[in-house]
Parts: sequence; C-alpha cells; structure tokens
Amino acid sequence: MTDATVKLSDAQIRRRMLADFWYDFRRNKGAVAGLIVFAILVLVAIFAPLVAPHSPTLQYRDALLVPPVWSEGGQSAYLLGTDAVGRDIFSRLVFGARYSLFIGVVVVMIALTGGIILGLVAGYFGGWVDTIIMRVMDIVLAFPSLLLALVLVAILGPGLTNAMIAIAIVYQPHFARLTRAAVMGEKQREYVTAARLAGAGNLRLMVRTILPNCLAPLIVQATLSFSSAVLDAAALGFLGMGAQPPAPEWGTMLAEAREFILRAWWVVTFPGLAILISVLAINLMGDGLRDALDPKLKRS
Amino acid sequence: MLRFILSKLLYLIPTFLGITMIAFGFVRVLPGDPVLLMAGERGITPERHAELSHQLGFDRPIWEQYLDFLGRLLQGDLGNSLVTKKPVLTEFLALFPATIELGLVAIVIATMVGIPVGVIAAIKRGSWFDQVSMTAALVGFSMPIFWWGLLLIILFSGILQWTPVSGRISLLYYFPQVTGFMLIDSLLSGQKGAFLSALSHLILPSVVLATIPLAVIARQTRSAMLEVMGEDYVRTARAKGLPSSRVVGVHALRNAMIPVVTTIGLQIGVLMAGAILTETIFSWPGIGKWMIDSISRRDYPVVQSGLLLIAGVVMLVNLAVDLTYGLINPRIRHK
Repeated sequence: MTDATVKLSDAQIRRRMLADFWYDFRRNKGAVAGLIVFAILVLVAIFAPLVAPHSPTLQYRDALLVPPVWSEGGQSAYLLGTDAVGRDIFSRLVFGARYSLFIGVVVVMIALTGGIILGLVAGYFGGWVDTIIMRVMDIVLAFPSLLLALVLVAILGPGLTNAMIAIAIVYQPHFARLTRAAVMGEKQREYVTAARLAGAGNLRLMVRTILPNCLAPLIVQATLSFSSAVLDAAALGFLGMGAQPPAPEWGTMLAEAREFILRAWWVVTFPGLAILISVLAINLMGDGLRDALDPKLKRS
Repeated sequence: MLRFILSKLLYLIPTFLGITMIAFGFVRVLPGDPVLLMAGERGITPERHAELSHQLGFDRPIWEQYLDFLGRLLQGDLGNSLVTKKPVLTEFLALFPATIELGLVAIVIATMVGIPVGVIAAIKRGSWFDQVSMTAALVGFSMPIFWWGLLLIILFSGILQWTPVSGRISLLYYFPQVTGFMLIDSLLSGQKGAFLSALSHLILPSVVLATIPLAVIARQTRSAMLEVMGEDYVRTARAKGLPSSRVVGVHALRNAMIPVVTTIGLQIGVLMAGAILTETIFSWPGIGKWMIDSISRRDYPVVQSGLLLIAGVVMLVNLAVDLTYGLINPRIRHK
C-alpha cells in the first residue's frame, strides 16, 4: 500500500521535473532552434533514401562538376551541383547526415559508458584506485585530442570504426573526471549514508543511489562531446584517416574536394556548411541544456 | 611560492612517465615487425634480421627495452627518422619555431579580440552588440576550421588575390634564420618587402587557428564578467562613487580574468590540434604538418618522439598556466 503511494509520487515528481526542465529549455530561443534543426537532421538521416534524389555513389559521367542549380550552367537534376566524378552533392550530403549522427551517437555512448564506470569507481572507492585511474586519465589528457586520435588511428588502421574508437578513447577522461567530481560531492550526503544503513551494497549505492544525482553535468558534457565528435570525425576524414572514399562522409568529401577549391566552389562549400550547421545546432541545444539543468545559473 | 612550484613539478613526474610509456608502447603494439619495416621493400635475410634485432635490442625483455628507451631519452637521444635519417630532435627543433610563431600570433589575436569583445558584451548585456558577438562566437566555436581555412583561401587567395596560398615566405627572399620566427628574421634581414611577405603568409593561417580559441575566450570572458559584476565588492566600488571605467577595468576585470587565464591556458592543447589541420591546409612547415606527413609515411620513430615532445610541451605550458594561476590568485597557492 505505502509502496504504491511512493511509486506514484515518484512518477509525478519525475513528470514535474521534466515539465520544469522543458519550461527552462523553451525560454532559450537558440536552444529550441537547435533542437528543430537537429530533429530535421535526424529525420533526413533516417529517411535518406527517400529524401535523396540520386544514389550517393552513382557517378554521372556526363555531368562532371556541374554547378548548383541557381548559378550559370546549373542543371535542375542536381540541386547543389555535382562533384569531380559526377556524383550528386545534395544526395551525398543527405546520406552523409547518417554518418555524422551515427559517429556522434557511438562515440558518446562509448566515452560515456567508459567514463562513468571509471569515474564512479574512482570517486566511490577513493584511495589508490582513485589515484591510479585519475593518473591514467591525466596522461590521456596530456595529449592534444586530435593528435592522439590520429596516432590511435595510425595504430588501428584508417577507417570509420577505428576513428570512432580513437575519438571515444580521447573523450573518455572528461566523463571520468566529471563523474568522479560529482560522486565525491554526493558520497558524503545523508541520503547515501541512509541507504548504506538500510543495507545497500556498494554496487547498488554506486549505480542506483549516487549515479542518478550526478547525471546533469554528464548530459551537458555528452551534448558537447557529440558536436566535438562530429567535428573530429570530419577532421580525421579530411586528413584521410577517417571514413574512406567513396563514403559520403562530410569530412572525406571535403578532402576529395580540396584540389578543386579555386575552380568549383560548391564542392568545398556545401559539405563544410553541413558540418557547421549540425555542430552549431547541437551546441545551441547543449547551451540550452546547461542553462536548464544547472541550478546555479537558474537562480541568477 | 617555491613549495607550490615544487609540488606542481613533482606531480608532473608520474604523468610524464606515463606519457613515455604510451609513446614507447605505441611502436610495440603496431602491427608488423619494426625490423622488417626498417629493411624496406627489398626484404632481409634471417641472419641479418636476427643481427638487427639484437642490435636494436628487440630480443631483450620489454622492461629492459623501456629502461633503455628512458635512458636514451634523458640523454636527449630521440632516435632517427626512417625517411630522412636525421635525428628526430634536430628535425623537431628546426620546425618547432614555425608552429610557435603561428600559435603565438593566433593566441595574441584570440586574446586581443576575445577579451574586449567579452567585456563589452557583458557590460552591454542584451544589446545588439552582445547578441551579434555571442552568435558569432557560437558559430566560431562550432567551426570546422579545416573548411574555414579553405573558404578563406577561396576568398582571399582565389578571388581577391591578396594573400599567398601556402608556405611561410615568398621564394624571392632568402636570409639566414636567426630566431626561427619569420616575422623577426625578415625584419633583421633588412630586405625590402620581406616582412610584408612573411606577414601576408602568416595572416590567414593564424586567423584560422585563432578562430576557436577566440570564440571560447570571448564567451568565457563574458560569463566571468557577468558573474563578477554581481558581486558585493563591485557594488561597493560603485557605491563609493568610483567612475564606471575604474569599476569595470580594475575591480571587475581583474577578478574576472582568473577563469579566463585558465581558459587561455587550456587552449594550448586546442591550438596544437588546430595546428595539425591549419598547417596541412596552408602547407605551413611546422610540427603539425610534420606529424601528419610522418604518420602517412609510417615514419614511426618520428611519430613516437613527436608525440612525446608535443605532449611534453603541452604539459609544460599547463604547468606555466598553473603557476600563473597561483600568482594572480593567492587563494590557490595557500591551499
């Protein structure tokens, strides 16, 4: 009986918190704009075969370097023009959205999971476990992220999967540090002591009691890492170490377009614009999330 | 203060050892046999292979090899490049000034523009200046700088033809390297037009490299200023009747600078990563391009030692930032 009452109020509280959060988030116009653009991006990625008028890898040999439809010499079949081997740029960008979102999701998942486990263990147990874990994280952080990712890809071999693993390894310390700091703060609170006295074991205390109260900074960091992952994966692709041609990954497209920059502006402009818009939308969302989730900023 | 410096230095030792382990382990975990790699495509007889392995110490226990690596490192021996056969340290020292020059100019641009923009945006909170500059900062922060660089090349080198596409200075000029910094050396040479040529080569890459740090610094300065402006001591200063410029410039700005200095320091790692991309786009002969070229040429001694050197530099810069932090904020020092 009492159990049921508690569960009901739990759900209510959760709904209330969500409504609160949405209220704060909605006040930030940039964040809402970011959310809309991001939603469109997700839809485009999911329905890419329906949105794209052409195959992303099909080469139209009679339509090489056709300019966008509005400039002189443009053809209505190719909205944003074609690249040097006659592939439709718009279709490639549409399919490229899949790569970017997939990369962002996978990188954040790996980095978040690894970082949370390491941070929880370090913060909860403290002592030498903490020292060793955080020292290793310090070492990873001593390398510039892109450089370390590059070297990791050199070891693992170029390609999309390895690029994602490398970027996730590089991002992990940020999550570990954040989790550790939050856990150390929460560990001393009364509710944790109460749960311990009630007989909760270490694992339960860590995962069920403490972790849910440390999530806010992690969510914000996850959004920021999502956008950085999209950027870094594109950078690796640009340097020839990420997704390999003919994959329509935006960074890889830019790398292929480099030699035409002074002849065909469109092959360079649009893939970069796609990267910028996606990253900007995610960052706008991240700003909104931070403002809505950070109680310190809320009061001011 | 001395104790503060010493404790920071001691703290660095295990991190540095960890970095050497990663750099050392890097070559070991690579697929393939390093001796075969050195032998090149012609192959090698089994006897010669065993001899070389022994010579290079690959037949000894791994920890012995690591200690040997550390020992040579302490003597300043970082191995030789497989491609040029020159010592890695010599190559690094020859190219490093180019990256420092680029990085310094970039950080100067980022600071000189970012801090004033952040301060003005904070003082005139909600104004059009605030909104435009913060939107621009967010765009800058989200910028894929390798694309930004290409766009600037299209505009300034392609359409307007104001700046050269690549390199550090026009081939028309030749003078001895004194400091390694092209801007200073070109002035010292006294050749007409040399300085302008160096400057025109430097301007686009440094603007590209400065973009993200500039955005970060402007945003950080703005939020730090907003926080400080609400503090009691700022209100007290105003209540005392001090002119607004003094309140902002002395009371608020000095305290707001504490987090900003940390931010600037943290940008050094960002700058190194950015240098890899910027130097590749503009064919700038610095450390970033050297690393990329070495990775694609599979010149592993260079990658190994380059990684070590770059991480070492970043670590030292972070130490310097920590110390500066202690200087401007006594509370940290006495903790």
